[in-house]
Amino acid sequence: MLEAFVFYILAAALVIFGLLMITRTNPISGAMTMVGAFGALAGLYATLSASFVSIIQILVYAGGIMVLVIFVIMLLNMHPNDLKPMKAQPFWVVLALLAGVTTILAPILFCVLPNKDFTWSELTPGFGTLTAVGEKIFSDFIFPFEVLSLVLLTAVIGALVLAKRKL
Amino acid sequence: MLKLEHFQNITYVHSDWLWLIAALPLLGAVINGLLTLLAARKVLSIKPWVYAAVACGAAISSFVVSWEMFSQFKQTPNSPWVQELFNWIESGAFHVSFNLELNSLSGVMIVFVTFLASVIHLYSASYMKGDAGFGRYFAYLNLFLFSMLMLVLAQDLLVLFLGWEGVGFCSYLLIGFWFEDKANAEAGKKAIILNRIGDAGFIAGLLMVFALAGTFNFNDLLAHKQGFTEITATIICLCFFFGAAGKSAQIPLYVWLPDAMAGPTPVSALIHAATMVTAGVYLIARLHFLYVLAPWVSTLIAVIGVLTALFAATIALVQNDIKKVLAYSTISQLGYMFLGVGVTSYEAGIFHLITHGFFKACLFLAAGSVIHSLRGEQDIRKMGGLLKHIPVTSVGFLLGWIAITGILPTCGGFFSKDEILWKALSTPNPISSVLPEILYFIGLAASFLTAFYMTRLVILVFFGNYRGDQEVYEHLHESPRLMTWPVLVLGVSSLFIGWIGVPTAIGGANELGKFLDPLFHLSTLESNALPHSLEPMLMLASFLVACLGVGMAWYVYSFKPATSKNLSKMFTGVKKVLDGKYFVDEFYNATVVRLAKAIAQWVSGWLIEGLLVNRLVELAVKGVTRLGHAVKQAQVGFVRVYLAYIAAGAALLIYLLLH
Amino acid sequence: MELYPITPNHYLALSAILFTIGIAGVLTRKNVFLTLMSLELMLNAVNLSFVTFAKVRGDMAGHVFVLFVVSIAAAEACVGLAIVIALFRLKETVNLDMFKSLKD
Repeated sequence: MLEAFVFYILAAALVIFGLLMITRTNPISGAMTMVGAFGALAGLYATLSASFVSIIQILVYAGGIMVLVIFVIMLLNMHPNDLKPMKAQPFWVVLALLAGVTTILAPILFCVLPNKDFTWSELTPGFGTLTAVGEKIFSDFIFPFEVLSLVLLTAVIGALVLAKRKL
Repeated sequence: MLKLEHFQNITYVHSDWLWLIAALPLLGAVINGLLTLLAARKVLSIKPWVYAAVACGAAISSFVVSWEMFSQFKQTPNSPWVQELFNWIESGAFHVSFNLELNSLSGVMIVFVTFLASVIHLYSASYMKGDAGFGRYFAYLNLFLFSMLMLVLAQDLLVLFLGWEGVGFCSYLLIGFWFEDKANAEAGKKAIILNRIGDAGFIAGLLMVFALAGTFNFNDLLAHKQGFTEITATIICLCFFFGAAGKSAQIPLYVWLPDAMAGPTPVSALIHAATMVTAGVYLIARLHFLYVLAPWVSTLIAVIGVLTALFAATIALVQNDIKKVLAYSTISQLGYMFLGVGVTSYEAGIFHLITHGFFKACLFLAAGSVIHSLRGEQDIRKMGGLLKHIPVTSVGFLLGWIAITGILPTCGGFFSKDEILWKALSTPNPISSVLPEILYFIGLAASFLTAFYMTRLVILVFFGNYRGDQEVYEHLHESPRLMTWPVLVLGVSSLFIGWIGVPTAIGGANELGKFLDPLFHLSTLESNALPHSLEPMLMLASFLVACLGVGMAWYVYSFKPATSKNLSKMFTGVKKVLDGKYFVDEFYNATVVRLAKAIAQWVSGWLIEGLLVNRLVELAVKGVTRLGHAVKQAQVGFVRVYLAYIAAGAALLIYLLLH
Repeated sequence: MELYPITPNHYLALSAILFTIGIAGVLTRKNVFLTLMSLELMLNAVNLSFVTFAKVRGDMAGHVFVLFVVSIAAAEACVGLAIVIALFRLKETVNLDMFKSLKD
């Protein structure tokens, strides 16, 4: 009972924050609502026994990526007048939402999901903890992990090169 | 009454060599054509006598073969010879076999055509000497002979049409032979255009025949005769008569023949006296079994024939060009032939066709000789007294004159013209009972005029005093033998050719009539309106009329030369109309020609250029441009729109995969 | 789908909703920042479904994948923002509509 309650509140918050985000004019407002959405999402991860992932969500996404985005927004120092032409036009947003609903949501909700019977399985103790994740990484996914470090390196160098004033 | 059983007893004999008759001239044409081409490109140098030898050889050998075959055939006249050459068209149920048939009619015709052709070929070798187009001329002449023989020997309307078109085309080539002079080219064009108009009728007839009978073969059509009602037969016969009128220069399609005198004189002799113009008469004779089913059309043919005879004779009275007189005379005599076949007297028509061929060819060749002697002078007002200076040619011409006027009983066209007039008078007409008399008297009047204008021509050219240029007079000389001897040969034969059809009424055997009778028997209406004893009386009547014509002409032009001037003064209006040839050409120009030109302009200008070319191309261009503009709208430059496209595409794919 | 108890289908439906919202944002917004953030939203929707299936199957691989996705998202955001800075230097604007040299 309680978990259903928690789920619905968190889900509602997530959806509302998401809708808010795509309709904001000011990017800072958008970023803030985004952080709110991430918070709700982290809560949802927690209900799914994914403790490690929920922490990572807050730390990396909300605390890292969003901060970066806010830094860049502030760096560009846009005047409210500059932001006016980029207002969200309700017509298009609604249209896009409707299109998305009909092409993605409706099929999934009404065609795919009713036919699938997913049930929560019995979880091992320690499911979702940092130890379990670590074990998984360093046994099955060691190679992608190493490649990931390369990807991050490339991203750093790429960002530097792209943002330089003089090449 | 008409019985079909007679025809069902015919047995056909297979022949392997009929094709030779037509193939020899074709070979000659091809060889001459190739040689001309090679000589024109300076590959070879060909002496003129080579062309002449090839052509004359082809014509003469064709004659020899025809004569041989015909003599053999005469022994069994009721068994036509047939040669099936090849399957021409096979399309479902439509089957046309390219067959040649030698029956009584075609046999007589091929001998007649090849003989005249041979003589005229020999004549041409001398007449066309020195002409730059010597080889081309003989190639065309041989090609013409081939087409004519194909026409005559055809067992099929379609094969006949092949020859029909061929002779029309060759006549165009030969009339416009000296095409550097625009007037000659125009004359050639006129001939073929009028022929073509007639051919439209021919084709209409062909289509109807096919629709009703499903076959073009003469023998099959004969067997199918019961399938034609009077109305359908009338329409078909009318269509074919229209074609024949174009080919054989009857009203209203005769206007090309006088203009056709622009071609070399031997061409006029061969094509426009003896052979091509007779194709129309031959066609009607071939389709005799249809024409007897359509009395209205037969009557129409007779009426038009006799009216043309009279009409052309009146125009010939005032012509001043020697060849034009002979041209109108040809039209007039053709009218007689049509009169003959119009009263279903097909033997009479063919008889006159043969005699006319001989004496008209003789007259044309003699005229050509005269023109040659006078260095190209054709106006008879500038001739006169030539009998003394070019005796051989003059005698030849006079022989032809005797034949055409019928002044000497039993000679020349006497019997043939007479038979036509007799049949016209004595065959009761199912449409109108007074028609035979009308036809007879108009025919008699035309006969009178024929005698008159021919005598006028003879007097003005050969008798009296010379009225031409002095210079020409000085160089006046007889033509070479190769030109004068054919004239004499034809002249003499035209006198005696009439003897193949001496009527039984005066004790003759009428060989030609009896020979052709089995073929035409069932299609000939009984001419029993008058007792046979009356026939010699009619012959006497025509003889007197001819004498009257000759005598009056002699009076007007020789005895009292001033008479013609006085007559012209008295009848200026009539003279103007006759001089203007009844203004028929002008009338046609103002109506038909202008209309045709206007339609052609409209189609070419407004329809094809304006509509098809300009409009359609414009439409295409505009359409493509608009389409391009429309598609261009999709390129907005905004990335998010392109993203939307991608998303839409992905969604579509997913849909398709899921379903 | 009943409201209670919460089955994996609920989470998956939520993930789909979030994804739709993310797409609507990406296709509609002219401000490049908001476009990027909508993109992150889409990625997060996918993360949610990964975690859900991890719990359904009892397999930790789902969590590991989420880790990877987050890392990649970070890298991508980094590079994307660098590009935005470069573009801003060029045209003094972050309005995507101004960058239409792809037109014509």
